[in-house]
Amino acid sequence: MSFSQLLGQHFVHTALLAGAIVSVLCGTIGVFVVIRGMSFAVHAVSELAFTGAAGALLIGVSPVLGMFGGALVTGGVLGGLTVRGRERDSAIGSFLAFGLGLGVLWIFLYHGYATIATGLLFGSIVGVNDRQVWVLAAVAVFAFAVLALTFWPLLFASVDPEAAEARGVSLRLLSVMLLLLVALTTAEAVQVVGVLLVLTLVISPAAAATRLTARPIAAIAISVGIAFVSAEGGILLSLVKAWPTSFFISAISFAAYVIARIVGAARLTRAGRTVEAVVASEYAAHQTVVPEGRC
Amino acid sequence: MSAGGSVVELRGATLRFGQRALWEGLDIDVAPGEFLAVLGPNGAGKTSLLRILLGLAEPTSGAVTVLGGPPRRGRARIGYVPQQRAFDQTLPLRGRDLVRLGMDGARWGPRRLTPDRLARVQAALTDVHAEGYADAPIGLLSGGEQQRLRIAQALVSDPALLLCDEPLLSLDLHHQRTVVDLLDLRRRERDTAVVFVTHEINPILHVVDRVLYLAPDSWAVGTPDEVLTTESLSALYRTQVDVLRVRGRIVVVGSPDAPGTGIGDTDHLHDHAEGPAHR
Repeated sequence: MSFSQLLGQHFVHTALLAGAIVSVLCGTIGVFVVIRGMSFAVHAVSELAFTGAAGALLIGVSPVLGMFGGALVTGGVLGGLTVRGRERDSAIGSFLAFGLGLGVLWIFLYHGYATIATGLLFGSIVGVNDRQVWVLAAVAVFAFAVLALTFWPLLFASVDPEAAEARGVSLRLLSVMLLLLVALTTAEAVQVVGVLLVLTLVISPAAAATRLTARPIAAIAISVGIAFVSAEGGILLSLVKAWPTSFFISAISFAAYVIARIVGAARLTRAGRTVEAVVASEYAAHQTVVPEGRC
Repeated sequence: MSAGGSVVELRGATLRFGQRALWEGLDIDVAPGEFLAVLGPNGAGKTSLLRILLGLAEPTSGAVTVLGGPPRRGRARIGYVPQQRAFDQTLPLRGRDLVRLGMDGARWGPRRLTPDRLARVQAALTDVHAEGYADAPIGLLSGGEQQRLRIAQALVSDPALLLCDEPLLSLDLHHQRTVVDLLDLRRRERDTAVVFVTHEINPILHVVDRVLYLAPDSWAVGTPDEVLTTESLSALYRTQVDVLRVRGRIVVVGSPDAPGTGIGDTDHLHDHAEGPAHR
């Protein structure tokens, strides 16, 4: 089939629609994940979505349901985790390793090991059916509703936790809530790019965006744009060349990240010079007023 | 200073962690527009006092009244300025956004930036002379510039009480001076009471009305001239502590026998974390 013939196919439309829904959600949540330095938690949630899917297959339930289940349980556990810093890092690592071990066992006990596992781990966007798209859309609408309601406290808690707490923002509540949103987002992304490539839609676009702007809302818009172009571009490219869709998606989002780092470095240098100039003129103006030059 | 008009009232307030009392029977009123410095060694319960006023913690016993009622989380009339901490260079946040969070950050639901709300943010930025760098990434600013923005953030909700937790830490002299002068101006012009936790009195000595000194097992309150004397601090620490006045600055020298204090530690009113034995 030629490229233009493929474009007329229903399964391609379904894939593009699924890619669009998932990328917009990933691009948005990704900015909060990057600000809070939660990449590892996202990775853990996505690997345990795999465990959830494997468990679901084993007991004869829909693997999509298992994915959401696994992701939500993990998100809840990580959100409730009170340890910080290095200990948090290693706690997540231990939890994730055992969870993945269980997933391996369950896939082994389930017949049809290779195909299913590959689909889950590396993505099988063209296998998404119409009903799954509805589920994707419904979950995304729910996640955006929660986000619209909690946007300002979540931003406050993410960038300036100490002041946010003093103003009555519950850090604990928002941490749990964000991890549950991360869980929903991850379970969605797994269906497009697979467990092992979730970060390509959640982290790379947001990491690129934070290098390009200092405006929080603009960062979300840019991140969504990059995630969207990566997902849709990746799906279209895989129609031209029959390589895995996930490869193309990750290649586009990584290219965006590299370009953003280069462009962003120049931006930061320029902004730094501007700040220095403002401060220098201010110092000059104050030099005569402040009598105490040194202690 | 009538009790009825006080911004903060503590009556017999006591804070214990397990067997250890951090402070006991604390009585103090803070009047509108008053500048109160809270001094004391590390672990004396200075930050805990602020957390109690913010409604984030509770005293073990005693009565606490803030702005006419019991402490409650998330009051807009209380501004909070924490100590400076580094922001990441690529954090997508400008000074302008940090200030706006003081207005919108604790509210649920979408918040539109109407012209008058935008004007409030702008006015807060102007008050601390931060217009020049309000649009720069916050991670590129120096600690002093960040602290000015934090003051703007605390003032944008028009507080009647400002709680400051070591806001001068790691700032150079010029910026310490600017931050202190901004707080002083605010309380003089708008009658905002300031409770200022610090381990170093000298940068704020010229604006402080009263000092609350929290020592390991007792406390004292009064003007700097009453509390920061050889007699008063020696009594608080139950050992010989010398307080010297040098060119308008206060230097505290611990007992020569006590480790970690001595003539070498000049210039600051020092932490007495390793201070004299008192039990």
